[in-house]
Amino acid sequence: MAAKTLTIDGRLVSAQSEQTVLDAAREAGISIPTLCHLEGVSEVGACRMCLVEITGCPKLEPACVTRVVEGMDVRTGSDRLHEYRRMIVELLFAERNHVCAVCVANNHCELQDLAADLGIDHVRYDYLFPLLPVDISHERFGIDHNRCVLCTRCVRVCDEIEGAHTWDVAGRGGNARVITDLNQPWGTAQSCTSCGKCVQACPTGAIFRQGSTVGEMERDRSQLEFIVTARKKKQWIV
Amino acid sequence: MDRLSFATVWLGGCSGCHMSFLDLDEWLIELADRVDFVYSPFLDVKVYPENVDVVLVEGAIANTEHLEMIRRVRRNTRLLVSFGDCAVTGNVTALRNALGGAEALLRQVYQDGADVQGQVPSETGLLPVLLDQVLPLHAVVKVDFYLPGCPPSPDKIRAVIEQVQTGGPPQPAGGEPKFG
Repeated sequence: MAAKTLTIDGRLVSAQSEQTVLDAAREAGISIPTLCHLEGVSEVGACRMCLVEITGCPKLEPACVTRVVEGMDVRTGSDRLHEYRRMIVELLFAERNHVCAVCVANNHCELQDLAADLGIDHVRYDYLFPLLPVDISHERFGIDHNRCVLCTRCVRVCDEIEGAHTWDVAGRGGNARVITDLNQPWGTAQSCTSCGKCVQACPTGAIFRQGSTVGEMERDRSQLEFIVTARKKKQWIV
Repeated sequence: MDRLSFATVWLGGCSGCHMSFLDLDEWLIELADRVDFVYSPFLDVKVYPENVDVVLVEGAIANTEHLEMIRRVRRNTRLLVSFGDCAVTGNVTALRNALGGAEALLRQVYQDGADVQGQVPSETGLLPVLLDQVLPLHAVVKVDFYLPGCPPSPDKIRAVIEQVQTGGPPQPAGGEPKFG
């Protein structure tokens, strides 16, 4: 657990050697936008929101899966990064049907919040308007693929915290979908324990409690952190 | 500066953005003293005039009438504001896009979806023809300023109008732009 010293946005920051740039930045009160990152589960670097510039490194690196290195010089908020982050969020809006006004997660949505934080007032790309299904075969929950951003939070909480691995991803590129069990209706997925961790994890309106109407789908991520902290550290901290 | 010539237009939307505009309440009286209100669903004016300084356009482009109108509005207006989520993103008006083109849509609604005697309406010349895809304004014409929201709050609408009145290009005001 050697300490490393690095520079983030011109500030000297010290971090443990196993920490990521994202951890180190957040501990120092420097905010880096994220979407697929979720406290308590592993990092996948899927969304690319947390890309940062590192001096001497020709490409941008995702802060969530980049370990701190002694003497590293990191910039988290250049014009170039801002433009790429805008582009990523606009492409997510264009790729599926994110209709905030009638979404269960309206005003409680991390995608909507990211767009607002980045000052996105319109999407420059053509909307694809794909025809996507909504599966409400589960007795309590539903999955609306129109709102899914493929962050895989549901896959990770189900596998790593619940240990059920009901969720996974099928298909490639634009055809990728989160699936339950062997790509069958959620209600018939025998591995699902109906624990609801995926419902707490989802950043958008994709996974929801049935009966939620516009704007009613609020999440409590601290429940996930509570379980992980209790299990790993034997600390039952609310 | 001369009095602004000001208009609002209602295309493929629910008129909720116009309702939010009306929620400016008594400030509208001040506005009426300061601008020439030349065209709007609130006025009995049939033809969109020429030389309009600023227009708020609510709604998406859903049919041929909207298409003609937005082109005329663009030709005749200095500053075009895309007003509300339907204008900016397609929003609810564009929900039909995933169901296919106009013909497929009419068949699903009037034929497949009917309980009795389902048939696609075929009379021509009565209603404007639906476009195959509903489009946001900026997919059709150049937009000068985007005011998202469903609807945009009265404060944000007022901020845009006040900035245009002082002569400058509008800047995002009254908080961050937000969809929904």
